[in-house]
Amino acid sequence: MYDLQRELRDFIVTNFMFGEGAGLADSDSFISKGVIDSTGVLELVMHIEETYHVQVKDNELVPENLDSVDNLVAFLSRKLAQKETPADAELVAASQA
Amino acid sequence: MDQTETIAVLSNPLTLDVAAEAQRIEASIREMVFKRLKRKGAVIGVSGGIDSSVVAFLCARALGPERVVVLFTPELDSSSDSLRLGQSVAGALGVRSFVEDISPILKGAKCYERRDEAIRQVFPDFGPQHKMKIVLPSIKEDSKYSLFSLVVQAPDGTIHKKRLTADAYLGILASTNFKQRARKMIEYHYADRYQYAVAGTPNRLEYDQGFFVKNGDGSADFKPIAHLYKSQVYQLAEYLGVPEEIRQRTPTTDTYSLEQTQEEFYFSMPLPQFDLCLFGKNNGLAPEEIAELAGLTTGAVERAYQQIDSKRAVTHYLRAQPLLVDPVTECEMHA
Repeated sequence: MYDLQRELRDFIVTNFMFGEGAGLADSDSFISKGVIDSTGVLELVMHIEETYHVQVKDNELVPENLDSVDNLVAFLSRKLAQKETPADAELVAASQA
Repeated sequence: MDQTETIAVLSNPLTLDVAAEAQRIEASIREMVFKRLKRKGAVIGVSGGIDSSVVAFLCARALGPERVVVLFTPELDSSSDSLRLGQSVAGALGVRSFVEDISPILKGAKCYERRDEAIRQVFPDFGPQHKMKIVLPSIKEDSKYSLFSLVVQAPDGTIHKKRLTADAYLGILASTNFKQRARKMIEYHYADRYQYAVAGTPNRLEYDQGFFVKNGDGSADFKPIAHLYKSQVYQLAEYLGVPEEIRQRTPTTDTYSLEQTQEEFYFSMPLPQFDLCLFGKNNGLAPEEIAELAGLTTGAVERAYQQIDSKRAVTHYLRAQPLLVDPVTECEMHA
């Protein structure tokens, strides 16, 4: 657990805060602190999927899972315990697009 | 704002005195173009949409139609309606107009090639017969993040939708931004040719929320409707006599091969509702007040308020002037 916490925090601080992470508590909201935007969320998800080989579903893209180091650790710990397979692209009817 | 003022504003918060506002903007255009910029007229890229049409009308009224050049810059993914409607504006105003197909410039810059390569990161089978657009979820849906998805229409007509990766999103965005930048390059060619100023066409929503491409449609010498909410642009359009078909048209980006509204690409809710949310935010109104006026839930307005702040922060870079290590003030004395 400690390593996951450190790894995720290092990624956030290095990638989004240019190494200046002293003011970020593990419970701080990334959005409220202005740490990441929507493109940053996509980067974060890609990092999680590629590094930890898990698939993040669309309905899991909520601040409760991704908006702080603590939330990330809890979410990823659950995902690692489940280890899902990638889902196919969602097919939607033309009329719904 | 006290309670009486708040109630008065909320009864019809975005209604303009259109005649007075048109007169005020036209006086400002003359001041900006002739006196401050010292240019002989204005160049406007007209897309067939409401904003650029209103700017063309205002410039023609302010400067005289003989001092206005209107440009149409279609490319492979443009709707044929855009050129036809743009030409109806030029015809109504009696201004000079030119058609410049920017497809060869875009092919030379590998715009389409780079874009398709990025798309294939998400849809490996994407080819020339496919169509695509990028969409955001509606802000009304729930409290999920507002993340881009790619919608692809296969040659057999089936529609597929998939969340974008960061790499694919940035690759598509960086490629398609060539379009706005190529258009601006053409506009400045005509500006140089005639010693004119380039008019920018953002409304307040676009300017405030950074819905433009830096050094693309965000670049201009003056922006005469950047202070107007979208519904105010429509009011002005009716007063100025902008062709009705343009006033009835759904605002699109006209950037991707599948038709894409500005709502689904950027604002996440219908523009009249976003107008009210931005007005409420700017005037310190509680989400409950705007929710009732806009027909939204209080939660949706709260998310819109958060999104407004978030987009202002993220797009600050787009509006920023180039930064200097030390100020160089001497040349500003000649402004």
